[in-house]
Amino acid sequence: MTLLPSLLALALALALALGSLGLVARTKARFAGRAGPPLSQRYRDIFKLLRKSSVYSTTTTAIFRASPVVSLATALVALCLVPLGQVDAVVHFHGDLFVVAGLLALGRFMTMLAALDTGSPFEGMGASREAHFGALLEPVLLLALAALARLTGATSLTGIMHALHRLDPSMTLPVIVPVVAALAVVYLVENARMPVDDPTTHLELTMIHEVMILDHSGPDLAFIEYAAALKQWLVAALLVGLLLPIVSGSAWVSVALGVAGVGVVSVALGAIESSMARLRLLHVPGLILGAGAATAVAFLLTGLVR
Amino acid sequence: MSPLQLVLTALALYAATGTLSWLLRRRGRLAQLAGGVGGVIASSLGLWGAVGALVAGRTFDLRVRWSMPGSTLHLGLDPLSAFFLLPVFFGAGVATLYGVSYLAHDAGRRRIGRTWFFYFLLAAAMGAVTIARDGLVFLLAWEVMALSPLFLVMFEHERPVNRRAAWVYLVASHLGAACLFVLFLALSPDGQSLDFAAYADSAGARVAPAGLLFALAVVGFGSKAGFVPMHVWLPEAHPAAPSHASALMSGVMIKMGIYGLLRVIALLGAPAEWWGWTLVAIGASSGILGVVFALAQHDLKRLLAYHSVENIGIITLGLGLGVVGWARGETTLMVLGFAGGLLHVLNHSLFKSLLFLGAGSVLHATGTLDLEKLGGLSKRMRVTSTTFLVGAAAIVGLPPLNGFVSEYLIFMAGLAGVGAQPAGVLVPAMVGVASIGLIGGLAAACFVKAHGAVFLGTPRSESAAKAHESALGMRVAMLIFAVACAIVGLTGSLLVPFLARPIAIILGQEPGALGDSLHTAAGSLGVAEVAFAAVIVFSFVLFAIRRAIATSQPSVAAETWGCGYPETTARVQYTASSFAHPITRELASVLRTKESKVGCEAIFPEPAQFHSHTADPILDGMLAPLFAAIARLASRARVLQQGTLHLYVLYIALALVVLLMGLR
Repeated sequence: MTLLPSLLALALALALALGSLGLVARTKARFAGRAGPPLSQRYRDIFKLLRKSSVYSTTTTAIFRASPVVSLATALVALCLVPLGQVDAVVHFHGDLFVVAGLLALGRFMTMLAALDTGSPFEGMGASREAHFGALLEPVLLLALAALARLTGATSLTGIMHALHRLDPSMTLPVIVPVVAALAVVYLVENARMPVDDPTTHLELTMIHEVMILDHSGPDLAFIEYAAALKQWLVAALLVGLLLPIVSGSAWVSVALGVAGVGVVSVALGAIESSMARLRLLHVPGLILGAGAATAVAFLLTGLVR
Repeated sequence: MSPLQLVLTALALYAATGTLSWLLRRRGRLAQLAGGVGGVIASSLGLWGAVGALVAGRTFDLRVRWSMPGSTLHLGLDPLSAFFLLPVFFGAGVATLYGVSYLAHDAGRRRIGRTWFFYFLLAAAMGAVTIARDGLVFLLAWEVMALSPLFLVMFEHERPVNRRAAWVYLVASHLGAACLFVLFLALSPDGQSLDFAAYADSAGARVAPAGLLFALAVVGFGSKAGFVPMHVWLPEAHPAAPSHASALMSGVMIKMGIYGLLRVIALLGAPAEWWGWTLVAIGASSGILGVVFALAQHDLKRLLAYHSVENIGIITLGLGLGVVGWARGETTLMVLGFAGGLLHVLNHSLFKSLLFLGAGSVLHATGTLDLEKLGGLSKRMRVTSTTFLVGAAAIVGLPPLNGFVSEYLIFMAGLAGVGAQPAGVLVPAMVGVASIGLIGGLAAACFVKAHGAVFLGTPRSESAAKAHESALGMRVAMLIFAVACAIVGLTGSLLVPFLARPIAIILGQEPGALGDSLHTAAGSLGVAEVAFAAVIVFSFVLFAIRRAIATSQPSVAAETWGCGYPETTARVQYTASSFAHPITRELASVLRTKESKVGCEAIFPEPAQFHSHTADPILDGMLAPLFAAIARLASRARVLQQGTLHLYVLYIALALVVLLMGLR
């Protein structure tokens, strides 16, 4: 019985992840004074791509074809391990946070290799940037999650989310605040969003994520886009778990609250993207290192708080 | 036969095989045959013995009187030794298969017998090191193990680079060995008995404090393991040796340093907390600096050698957390730290051997290991490329491969001991978690660079374009290692509980006293393995869906999208150096890369050139000046050596006077 709300949350994630991207686009359009595309636009894009044929460069090998599939598979499995706010993850166990980080890293590893597989200078450049930022981001994500684990005494994401709300907020806030700040940076970098990467730019030289997938087309591109949407939902779900102050008695209400929370995070992302210019590439490491320093502080504070 | 007898038989067979190949050196093919058959049989026997000892979980002892003063020939096989024998026998056996194919085109040349002789001598000596239970026996085996690779490094001694490599190796190795001589004498209670049993009982009677002995062990064994700054011989020696020998040296031999350190910690017992802090600091700095240096390399084998430094760092990090936990009585931290470090020893021996064999296969096919001259090999070398990819993903610590399992244990150690902890546990735990993340991320960058530059894209040189897949023996060896990486990755939950036995030997306790943290970790790994299986199944399902869609809309083949420019060549590709440049530029002050460029200045520029080289900043920047300073200081003492007889008579008289005053 307790599994049903989790499965519902998973199904909603699968169904609404693309919609949450549409929400971001809608918010940005409103800020710019436009009506913006309908929320269903992303779904239409994906279905259109699925019906198209693919173009494969003669330079590419099996890695290029495997990468979209592995990206989507890792995102799907990782999503099963992440709780949505107060709703348990479908599967949870000691140290599942490290497994989630590992799965995301595997997806990124394959994407970078597929980029190099094309032999394109642009895609090599994108992969190089992704490798750089990814390397800096990895310790931030691990330290942020480890700080939460130490704070709550739980070693699974689901356990952390439950324990967090049983603790006295005045004790947990000094840790939660830097962790949320760091995870917000993870959210932006991992999903190639605005101050770091501009998903709507059309100039290859300035892109990071988009340029790595230049050569993918048709259903492969659809898989990649869907995997990216799921990944964005995943990190948003973590943020919702930390930020949502309400604990409801009913699991079904929690599902609704969680989904609403992801919606709020998406709108907030749209607002950030509308109000900020892109950082110079050289300044992005500074942003990530700042988040790293915040997590280190949070980790050390857990020793004082408990 | 008992496991110890099996192991001894295997070691004797190694020695016999090596000698036989050497005797047959004038008949290259027979030497090859002897080496291959003998090596595989001996390794299988030894592996059987090591697994037997690990499963039996008890200690096998053998004492033989011999004529050495103060020493008995004391050998023993306990689970800790057996655990370290696994990589010795597995690594040596599979690399032998590879070596037979690899050396086939050298079969007409005489040095082939010599290579096999020293290769098997190295394997036998490593085995002897792990079962020695007497200081003298240990040091004898250690010296043989230290010297035999010298002759493998000098396999192609015509090249000055290789002679320099051998020289650096010799110096580093013997500076370490000097510390070990002092260590094993100082461990003895009376300066007479060198038996390990006497060492363990002598805690009260030792001349030197335990902390000093620990420091000696860190320097002595650390120079073999490759702790920064004693790592300098690795990037010189590994590229010089034939690839199956590099695999054995990098995959297995450097672990003997870790074994020695653990054995001495076990003999000393009850560590101080600062030992653990020291190991954590060494582990984090070796791990991070190792991967940073690796990122700046263009030579595939040098790059891999630096990754050995990195992985030794991860191992030491785990062991350091274990020692901190031991000193503070935090059982979970202790057990998981030691378990992660130990399992990483085994894992590294699998994927690092695999990667070195892959590098050898590339060298064989193209004649170069320069990343800037390779590319596009995956189309011509399917097996090498696929197995190298498995090794790369494993060393980066990605699921579902073996590197992930050991890093998971170290990460869980970092989370252990939750509660109101002072800095004593919190800081090492934070260093552990952050280092695992940073090392993993940087290693991913480095191996995407390496695999991408060698196997993907289009060939950057003529020889890369004409590459061919390597011979059957080489392919089989690489496949065995790759499958082993996957098996350990997917069955970690079954293997992890066995780690309690070697850990119990280190602690001097019964395996039952370690608590249930290993079983908890194994249980969680079991669920994680189901998740990994799900990833694999989903991938295949999605691939099938993809295929089904593709049949209705056939795909189109075209050129890579060049933003409308159709005349792209291999030279427009991102190079390995440019791939790593964003990171190496940030770390320029550490790496001290030398760059030189020509051209691109005037209005009508000359053909441009760019060259960069990153030497080892510690060897060239710190150690070379240090040794030069010592040499200068020592040359001052030449004043004393005037070569006239009466002066030396005066010295003797003075020495006598000083001695008499001392004796008074």
